[in-house]
Amino acid sequence: MTATKGRYGVHGGQYVPETLMPNLIALEAGYQAAREDRAFTANLEAGLREFVGRATPLYFARRLSQGYDGNVYLKREDLAHTGAHKINNALGQAMLAQRMGKTRIVAETGAGQHGVATAAACARLGLDCTVYMGALDCERQRPNVQRMQLLGARVVPCEAGSRNLKVAINEAIRDWISHPDDTHYLIGSVVGPHPYPAIVRDFQSVIGREARAQILERTGTLPDAVIACVGGGSNAMGLFAGFVADATELHGVEAGGDGRGHAAPLSHGSIGVLHGAMQYLLQDEDGQILNTHSIAPGLDYPGVGPEHGGLKDTRRAQYHVVGDAEALAAFHELARLEGLIPALESSHALAFAKRLLKQRPGLTVIVNLSGRGDKDLPALMATGGPECEVGEVKSEVSNG
Amino acid sequence: MADSVAQAFAKARDESRAALLPFLMSGHPTPQAFAANLHAAAAHADIIEVGVPFSDPLADGPVIQAAAAKALGHGTTLSGTLEALRLRAPGPPVVLMLGINQVLARGVDKFAKQAAEAGVSGAIVPDLPHEEAGEIRAAFTRQGLCLIAMLAPTTPQPRMRTILGQARGFAYLISVAGVTGARDSLPTGTIEYLRRAREHSPVPVCVGFGISKPEHIEHLRDHADGVVVGSALVRALEGGATVADVLSPLRLACRRAASKLPQITGAKP
Repeated sequence: MTATKGRYGVHGGQYVPETLMPNLIALEAGYQAAREDRAFTANLEAGLREFVGRATPLYFARRLSQGYDGNVYLKREDLAHTGAHKINNALGQAMLAQRMGKTRIVAETGAGQHGVATAAACARLGLDCTVYMGALDCERQRPNVQRMQLLGARVVPCEAGSRNLKVAINEAIRDWISHPDDTHYLIGSVVGPHPYPAIVRDFQSVIGREARAQILERTGTLPDAVIACVGGGSNAMGLFAGFVADATELHGVEAGGDGRGHAAPLSHGSIGVLHGAMQYLLQDEDGQILNTHSIAPGLDYPGVGPEHGGLKDTRRAQYHVVGDAEALAAFHELARLEGLIPALESSHALAFAKRLLKQRPGLTVIVNLSGRGDKDLPALMATGGPECEVGEVKSEVSNG
Repeated sequence: MADSVAQAFAKARDESRAALLPFLMSGHPTPQAFAANLHAAAAHADIIEVGVPFSDPLADGPVIQAAAAKALGHGTTLSGTLEALRLRAPGPPVVLMLGINQVLARGVDKFAKQAAEAGVSGAIVPDLPHEEAGEIRAAFTRQGLCLIAMLAPTTPQPRMRTILGQARGFAYLISVAGVTGARDSLPTGTIEYLRRAREHSPVPVCVGFGISKPEHIEHLRDHADGVVVGSALVRALEGGATVADVLSPLRLACRRAASKLPQITGAKP
């Protein structure tokens, strides 16, 4: 492929219908202007401090570190307003949209965290907000549907096909195509056509910037590794951004699902185009997109941000697969040992930290605790979570 | 094969008609019915658009999405579609409509070669904008296929000229910012937008999205070289109508009182 705009190696680009191209061109220019506008960046910083509650702490998980045989630090994005890292990007993009004169926001959501963050940012700024959510996800993340509605957003369940995140993105893009003048598509991850992957990474890079400064202040050295779960990949890109120029290892963790399927395109996919960008994705030989499976709705996506594809191809980052059972075990361990209830998505990263420290004891690692798990409780209680103790759990999916 | 497209427009023009471009989804409502409909449409169509079903189309509304899902459920594939086209009786030129990922999955050169061998004249790839089209257009051109250029109501004038500068076969003007699907009325401004496009186009300009009724075509026939009818036809076939039921009145509506439309001069933008 010819190098066109927004490429990370072969990945990225702009594969959208002509109706949207003028919007993408305007968005790129609008973003550039906002970045150079000191009033905008000052407003965003104030919003991150006072509305989101940044900086989020870097927490040394003492009992978990003993159990896992290393030094485990958690970047506490679960403490950000609305309970996940998603608000960093939602607030930034909503302010950008307003600066560009847009009055209406559409967004997709998987776990519901991006939808809640977008609804909150829109309420704060007085923007009209519509969130598309797969009907399956509406069922398994009911508290987040209610929170979005409480914040004044319209939630549209998507019944087509797999009834999950992929379908929600399809519908959000179709809405945007139909309202290109007044509407901004507030995409929730480092996916989609250029310039979205760069915009979302930049707004999330606050995670890595803070974590780097915090670990240096605490230990005087950089960590051996940083670890984050990867669905679309925004919390991982945000964390990686702080360390990509260092020698620190970057580990991304994809969802291995269970016997019914997985959601691990970096580990088991091939290169193609989905939702406007070339990327690793799960597809059949005819280019039809395959259905995915993960217990974590936020990871239940057949594609992955193009910059992750670039980091994989250059081997700057390594990507691994953790299945439902291994993630659930880590979920319970963090709750019992640290008094923290992680999101099922973040639990995949915790499970990989355990695996890494088992192979290489004594490392210092930062795990992005990208969100809190309250949203997952109704689904978990319905299935009856397993009781797990440290050391008892076996991994079910091999290293990708 | 690009010549067959030019000849189809020339013939319609000589007969004082706007060209009619019906859309059929491969494998819909069943693979057998699709083959029969393809045959039946030949009597009414100047060019036939054949959709290759995709799991995640971005530019399609509910009717074409549902038809694609149904066709995929019947096991419809690109190879099966090309085979059906290869086996058809001689008829109007066919252009495929499909997603860029379907082209890439086959391999761009292999796709172009196989499509040409099946007698296909070109392809509409809605999620391949001008910026990303270069190599694919070149591969198509090597096999005599046209990559159909698309214009939207949001396309600014200078960009329109750039896009039309590369247009082959015909240009597809999207009537409305939105997804495919029948609409009660067409947006105002379409005629002015058609006029601007034709001024800069080296090839015939067709209009599509939302066209479902003879009245729509009567409104557009003196301003467009051709009209595309998609969702309205797919929905009618889904409901048990025949191709002739739907296309006969539309074909009549394409007839111009006189040759009112100035000929495309081939002027470069």
